[in-house]
Amino acid sequence: MQASTTTDHAAEIDKHVKVYISVFVALMVLTIVTVAISRYHLPVPIAITVALLVATIKGSLVACYFMHLISEKKLIYAVLVLTAAFFVALLFLPVLTVHDGFWIH
Amino acid sequence: MEIPYTVEIRRDTGLTNGKIGIWLFLASEVMLFGALFASYILIRTGAPSWPRGDTILNVPLATFNTIVLITSSVTMVMAWASLMRNRFGTFRLYMGATILLGGVFLVVKYFEYSHKFHDHLFPSTNNFLAIYFTLTGLHMLHVLGGMVVNAYFWGPGAKLWKTNPEWFTNRVEHSGLFWHFVDLVWIFLFPTLYLL
Repeated sequence: MQASTTTDHAAEIDKHVKVYISVFVALMVLTIVTVAISRYHLPVPIAITVALLVATIKGSLVACYFMHLISEKKLIYAVLVLTAAFFVALLFLPVLTVHDGFWIH
Repeated sequence: MEIPYTVEIRRDTGLTNGKIGIWLFLASEVMLFGALFASYILIRTGAPSWPRGDTILNVPLATFNTIVLITSSVTMVMAWASLMRNRFGTFRLYMGATILLGGVFLVVKYFEYSHKFHDHLFPSTNNFLAIYFTLTGLHMLHVLGGMVVNAYFWGPGAKLWKTNPEWFTNRVEHSGLFWHFVDLVWIFLFPTLYLL
């Protein structure tokens, strides 16, 4: 029984390792994509959108698989949702200030 | 006094204390870098003109550094996986590679900074360079901090493996979470500063 459990555990880790390698390849490809797109000198709003979209995909891969967020406990998700809410508020604060007559006159 | 819940799971959180501790720390780190990203947006949107990063910074070197840091993230997670498979020797190899790759990142950054200073480009030169040096400087400090912790687990801290392997594995996982966070921050810094 003990031997079987150990074998199952090792097989589980082997499966994880295969995922890590796949994520590594995906991250490399996306890095090349990021640099390649920047060479087209797209208009700034489109360039920012595309670059941040690719960066978000890459970041999600790192967070989900390397940081194991894909199968984490509820409390960690709760902490991160709260953090994400404050982070978004922080990022949008400057955006709000650039509209005349909205927050800052 | 023994540190509680290093290996066993707390019933109320469903986690070890170390795990919840590192995630709370990372949450505070998100706000630290978030504040600087918000400053970047504010300064950039308020500026009459803003230079493209690739006209001032070295994109090939930064691309190389991106590859180095992503590779180090893989070696870090492989170090943890090695401990999970009970292979301490392999752990040492992967952890050593992670530290080495962190070192390569810092050396490349040293050359980048030196080149800028040689060209009389300082944080005080303009807003773009001020935000570039602040963000990358803070990130470099994080790389250095992660390397110190990883070096401890590679060296003297590894003694714990003999007495309490499960705790040691958890500690390496937590150190890995920090290292992946540092990689994640760079994934956003690279296009933001160098390519846009």
